[in-house]
Amino acid sequence: MTRTIKRANRWFDDRLGASGFVRTALNKVFPDHWSFMLGEIALYSFLLLVLTGIYLTFFFQPSLKEVVYDGAYAPLKGVEMSQAYESTLRLSYEVRAGMVMRQMHHWAAIIFLAAIVVHVGRVFFTGAFRRPRELNWIVGCSLLVLAMANGFAGYSLPDDQLSGTGLRIAYSIALSIPLGGTWVAYLLFGGEFPAESIISRLFVIHVLLLPLAILGLLGVHMAIVWRQKHTQFRGPGKTEDNVVGSRLWPSYALKSVGFFFLVSAVTALLGGLAQVNPIWLYGPFRAADVSAASQPDWYVGWLDGALRLFPGWEIRAFGHTIPAVFFPGVLLPTVSFGLLFGWPFIEARFTKEDVRDHHLLDRPRERPLRTGIGTGVITFYVVLFFAAATDVLATVFDVSVTGLLVAFRVALLCLPPVVAFVTYRLCKEAAALPDEEDAAPVVVRTASGAYVTGHGHQAGNGGDGTPRADGLDEIGSGPRPDAH
Amino acid sequence: MSDTSRDERRTERAIAVALVLSAITALGLAVTYATGGQVQLEGFLLGLSLGTMGWALCAWGKHLLPPGPFVQQRQHPAEADPEQEPVSRLVDEATGEASTLPGGGTDTEGLDAVGRRPFLVKLLVGAAGALGVAALFPIRSLGPDPGRTLFRTSWRKGARLVTEEGRLVRAGELEVGSVLTVFPEGHIGEADAQTLLIRATEDDLRTRPGREDWAPRGQVAYSKVCTHAGCPVGLYQVESRRLLCPCHQSLFDVIDGARPVFGPASRSLPQLALDVDDDGYLIARGDYDEAIGPGFWERP
Ligand code: FES
Repeated sequence: MTRTIKRANRWFDDRLGASGFVRTALNKVFPDHWSFMLGEIALYSFLLLVLTGIYLTFFFQPSLKEVVYDGAYAPLKGVEMSQAYESTLRLSYEVRAGMVMRQMHHWAAIIFLAAIVVHVGRVFFTGAFRRPRELNWIVGCSLLVLAMANGFAGYSLPDDQLSGTGLRIAYSIALSIPLGGTWVAYLLFGGEFPAESIISRLFVIHVLLLPLAILGLLGVHMAIVWRQKHTQFRGPGKTEDNVVGSRLWPSYALKSVGFFFLVSAVTALLGGLAQVNPIWLYGPFRAADVSAASQPDWYVGWLDGALRLFPGWEIRAFGHTIPAVFFPGVLLPTVSFGLLFGWPFIEARFTKEDVRDHHLLDRPRERPLRTGIGTGVITFYVVLFFAAATDVLATVFDVSVTGLLVAFRVALLCLPPVVAFVTYRLCKEAAALPDEEDAAPVVVRTASGAYVTGHGHQAGNGGDGTPRADGLDEIGSGPRPDAH
Repeated sequence: MSDTSRDERRTERAIAVALVLSAITALGLAVTYATGGQVQLEGFLLGLSLGTMGWALCAWGKHLLPPGPFVQQRQHPAEADPEQEPVSRLVDEATGEASTLPGGGTDTEGLDAVGRRPFLVKLLVGAAGALGVAALFPIRSLGPDPGRTLFRTSWRKGARLVTEEGRLVRAGELEVGSVLTVFPEGHIGEADAQTLLIRATEDDLRTRPGREDWAPRGQVAYSKVCTHAGCPVGLYQVESRRLLCPCHQSLFDVIDGARPVFGPASRSLPQLALDVDDDGYLIARGDYDEAIGPGFWERP
């Protein structure tokens, strides 16, 4: 088999002559650290979203035309519903493997957003966003926004009671924008809620517009990483001027493909074994109905929580209204994302450190202030997230919703500064401790397969037989490993 | 040495087992599908097949291939390839003054040549801008003019109240303490016209001035659309006579003109003026006298 592959390689080589580029590409070095895999998880779940999503489009009908259900799910037989809802039921219950695909799609979306958020956290707390990577930070944050928007759009497509309520609130948020809000809402929805065209529009947005934008930005994101080379943590032999790690080919590539399979495996297990968004339990959307305990997908939770906690301050003056939802629904996200996008520049302004490039990562404890601010901000959003479940929490713990809401308001204002301060102090103390990591033993595996243990600056041979003081293989200076 | 090769052989064997397992579970998946499919089994087998394959590849990459670490030098992006001029410089030259360029114009570079005609460049920018603005106009087709539509619902003077099932509502049929969702006849299910009909005892109601005859015999009607973010205010708490919006837990006091008493809502639910027609059915005296539902800029 390797013979055939080799022959195919030669065939392409003769025609494209790309061996120069390919050789540099295959020899490219990527640093190894578990936290660098978070972005990979996001990438792979996006791939899964595309694969499962394409399958779903073959069966889903984005139409609000009313039909009477006559399918396999007995409790809803004879109920009037939209084609969107009906086709979602059909693809879940009557299309073989449809349910697994749909649940995998939903789980992949949940994992996609989670991986992005944690990845953003990693980049933030290690200072990987600093010059020269501000641009990629902005691209990454845009990806987060697009992923959230697309998640919400997809969640709304089945036209069930829960997603319809979500759309209703989204419409009201659009309506609340000063000056042009009514126009924004009407142009977006195609008229007063619930307008006929919203599902078909969301469909195009969900399967074409936003995925295309995400795909494009993902390409840019990775191209920039490729171009600028990955950051690395400090360690023996690692400097601001080099990259130490595995070569893309073969070790890193194999591990990455393997990792893709592992992410897919988890998604498949969840998709088969863990029920997600059982729309048949919510029923078709009716404008006059609403179910208690309506919760959105997790990544929209903070917005829902903010809508609950913000007091009813509505500004009415000069014949105009700025509705209460404007502040938590429009202003808060705008400010949040504004600060997120702008963080590299804000920090550079205060530390005055952007005069040079940074390729070595900070450890969070080395930056008490940044780490403190980060944990404080996270606490803020976590409180908002849990506030979105006040009604559920109230029933579970048998307390009054009113008291719970007041407690959450207090927590929202008090907890973040406390957490920020404690983190700051802890970092300060940890930074004062002797650094055990620099003295940690380094295990290096030689070409012959033996393991050599050393402390920091001594180790055995590298793979290509070029001995170096620090036992590392220099790519580009020594004889190149054969790419064929 | 022999230790290592024994390790390697063991890894090889484990990988082989994983790959065989992957193949078997994949076949199992195919059989499951062919015999009618079963959600949990499909997910389990697919997960196992993918998982073992993933583990095999990771183990292969980690244990059986040259592990490094390898070192590569970084270069500043702008000087990555000394043969190439940075793009920023090329662009600078393109927009530079024509006088700084060698005359003649035949031997200038592509981008430089453009910059030599600043007037045309300005016109080009203007034309492109105009085109961009013109391209925005089709956005207007996406929706109708909001106009006064947000201030109106389908309630008209004399419109009879019907339930979701289309049944007319007789005056007095509703027991004290019960609640009913009603629509204007012929407009069942309309989102902005949904209204809650509640029967309270007449003496309890704290009637607002000007609304004295809006609630015949304690039958009072409020818009069901929450003034916060528009959810249907679905839950009536009989003892406290309060309406709860399940979306963000706003509470409205039914007795006191549906005034918000708790939560993020800040405006009372608009009240629909009711009357009884000659046949004894409940009817509306007209549309709501204010815009229902969540606030917006044009709302006074
Ligand atoms: S929509 Fe009713 S409380 Fe928010």
